[in-house]
Amino acid sequence: MAAPLAAGTDPRALSWYEATARQRVAALADPGTFHEFLPPTERRMSPHLPLFDLPRAFDDGIVVGRARLDGKPVLVAAQEGRFMGGAFGEVHGAKLIGLLRAARDLRPAAVLILFDTGGVRLQEANAGETAIAEAMRAIAELRAAGVPVIGLIGGRAGAYGGGGLIAGTCSRLAVSEGGRISVSGPEVIETNRGAEEFDSRDRALVWRTMGGKHRRLIGGADAFAADTVAAFRAAALDLIGRAPAFDLATLEAEQARLEARIARFGDCRDATEIWARMGVNDPDAVPAMTTASFDETVARVAEAHHDAR
Amino acid sequence: MTLAEILASLFPEGHAVRVADGLVTGRAPFDGAEAAVIGIDGDTPLGVEGALALSRAVLDAVRAGDRVPILVLVDSDSQRMSRRDELLGLNECLAHLAKALLLADRAGHPTVGLIYGHAAAGAFIATALATRVLAALPGANPSVMDLPSVARVTKLPLERLEEMAKSTPVFAPGLDNMVATGAVHAVLDPARPLDAQVRDLIAGLPAEDVRDRLGAERGGRPVAQAVAAAVAAEARRG
Repeated sequence: MAAPLAAGTDPRALSWYEATARQRVAALADPGTFHEFLPPTERRMSPHLPLFDLPRAFDDGIVVGRARLDGKPVLVAAQEGRFMGGAFGEVHGAKLIGLLRAARDLRPAAVLILFDTGGVRLQEANAGETAIAEAMRAIAELRAAGVPVIGLIGGRAGAYGGGGLIAGTCSRLAVSEGGRISVSGPEVIETNRGAEEFDSRDRALVWRTMGGKHRRLIGGADAFAADTVAAFRAAALDLIGRAPAFDLATLEAEQARLEARIARFGDCRDATEIWARMGVNDPDAVPAMTTASFDETVARVAEAHHDAR
Repeated sequence: MTLAEILASLFPEGHAVRVADGLVTGRAPFDGAEAAVIGIDGDTPLGVEGALALSRAVLDAVRAGDRVPILVLVDSDSQRMSRRDELLGLNECLAHLAKALLLADRAGHPTVGLIYGHAAAGAFIATALATRVLAALPGANPSVMDLPSVARVTKLPLERLEEMAKSTPVFAPGLDNMVATGAVHAVLDPARPLDAQVRDLIAGLPAEDVRDRLGAERGGRPVAQAVAAAVAAEARRG
């Protein structure tokens, strides 16, 4: 449940990273326009977590519904990273799938996915994995039908595992400094390959490798937002207006873009080497840059601007 | 079955399918025309280069405009777990491969997955799970994570997980569980020619995503279809 806001607090000034899924959705939408489907009062909970002696949530860690954004009708899904790391279980995934399928008929101005997920919920792994595949297929169908699907990534759980793959299927992505996008998480890489390959306790390394600034610079995300609901709202409105088509031309452009990235940066050991090669003057200064000076840096990097997604 | 045996059974007239660094690509005469083949062999992990090599082959087939079937043969490890792959945007490369298969499907190519060995995590999602219909051969072992790793993450004793796995298909590795979940549509008979069985799959391609319906019918995902339908119904009520 959303924590009560202090009197006089502007909800759009909320930290995206700190806010709950419900706070994000309520403040992102035009005031009072969010209507939730299968709300917590319906108590559609995981049928599987009790087997593992784990607590359940009335919403299974995801909020879905309709809203208006600058007057336009949108459908919204928001993951709650505080419950089971926002991971995809059976009910969680099915709520997203239901929303995406309805969007195919309703043709909203956009579908917004507020990612906050560690990936598949291991206690329901097969259901979560299958739901991720279903979501990617549904997003491709929606995009082909001309409905932009916009991902917003700035929550504490990031967009990991299958969440990172769904994000890569979206029309456009906005990310904040704290947002991380990756398939294997730092702990998973360290467990499988050792601390020499990836020291998961080195937070600066995690941020450089998977964080919002790196993703924005290499073109893995299309907008960089400050850590406020207002900044994500502005980014979403901008991105809805410039969603690439889902067709052969777009995917051939993406093929060329990704091949060029590997040819140019495939021998780099660290993100700072990539940024230097992109022409960033002082790569070591990037992590501490303010949003304004980072925006100026991004504006000069060719790789950051494209319609190839 | 080995990949060579599978290819021989799929393409009795011969084929030009090659394997390099665990990546499978090529074409072969199939059902009076041709089929395009991509895949991963030998329990190979899928990294950025591999994903882009396979997506290139898929996009080449789409550009040719001949709507030939695309067969996706998978015996893979998970995604390649490395600092370099993530630095270079592995999520984009794997999603790109899945999108290429989904685009091919929309462009009229029947897309058929066939898992015959291991298939895990991101590599599974980007390949076999992005096809319209996914089949398996007996002995295939799809998994999200092996039980010892699940035990480590969930902090539950391995013996207890092994016991739970016998009655709970939703979390345990293995082909039977992925069939029950609806992710795998059909298990093929290795004693019969595979070309006829794949032709039948193509003739009966589901018009839309039926995986949650299969999961409900088979009991591996007891509530997903009902929950998705309830959300969609509320959304359509306006």
